[in-house]
Amino acid sequence: MPDGETGGDRIEAAVRAVLGTLSGDLTVTEAALLGELEALGREVARAKSEIAALRVDDINASHIPTATDELDAVVSHTAAATNEILDSCEVLEGLQARLAGEDAEALSGAVTRIYEACSFQDITGQRIGKVVAALKSIERRVAAVTQSFGRDRQPEPEEAPAASRTEGEELANGPQLPGTASSQAEIDALLASFD
Amino acid sequence: MDKNTHVLIVDDYKTMLRIIRNLLKQLEFDNVEEASDGQEALAKLRAGQFGLVISDWNMQPMTGLDLLKEVRADARLKETPFIMITAESKTENVVAAKAAGVSNYIVKPFNAETLRGKIEKVLGHA
Repeated sequence: MPDGETGGDRIEAAVRAVLGTLSGDLTVTEAALLGELEALGREVARAKSEIAALRVDDINASHIPTATDELDAVVSHTAAATNEILDSCEVLEGLQARLAGEDAEALSGAVTRIYEACSFQDITGQRIGKVVAALKSIERRVAAVTQSFGRDRQPEPEEAPAASRTEGEELANGPQLPGTASSQAEIDALLASFD
Repeated sequence: MDKNTHVLIVDDYKTMLRIIRNLLKQLEFDNVEEASDGQEALAKLRAGQFGLVISDWNMQPMTGLDLLKEVRADARLKETPFIMITAESKTENVVAAKAAGVSNYIVKPFNAETLRGKIEKVLGHA
């Protein structure tokens, strides 16, 4: 494709070129073809105006970067909060040595449950990471559509060749949604089935 | 179960490393080192003597599964007990980990009792 020429431009140019070849009395077939080409031209013009009305530039320039920044901030703030909770737990564990019997056990049990609960930060971080990856994929597709219809005439960057992925990377999909994830008991049963 | 076992915990979330370390401390395991990805873990394993690896799956530049494969392929490390602790809970993940030689598999979020039970199982009750 010549520099700056988009998919929409090419369709319009093709329509004009074909129309230019039609002169004099038209046959029935040529008239039908002309009608189809005119309809195609109108569709291209409509698509362009609809994309313009969507203000797609804002999506990539502002909405998606803002959304990903907000999500990054969520991860950062929850990590900071979790670490403060863990700091407090470690202080409590230090006090545990001054207690005895049931009190020491109760404190130890409570601290353990807080540690367990704090693992939420890892899970939420991974879930948010998946959302950010989905947003970036949308961003790339929006850029491709706008380029195709001439709203952004920057040459499309060449995609780096896909690096070969290991089995570990292929299978790294992050947390499943509740209801679709296997429980520890189901995983234990699966592992036991190999023995 | 030998509480002096040298344990390597591997996770790219510092908070998770801290949580696992604290839970291990409650189980009286104090000889614990950390690594933030498979590559760093492999270097530490090759340089030291570890009796247990507890690793996350989803890490870069080397995943937990790829670390497990490297460990099992290494003549000196291949017998090291290896527990995967991960949010990857699909059957295909568990099957792949088992095929690669995982000793046990814990799905996140997990509790201290599950961790204790799995460690006991791979290190023995003694």
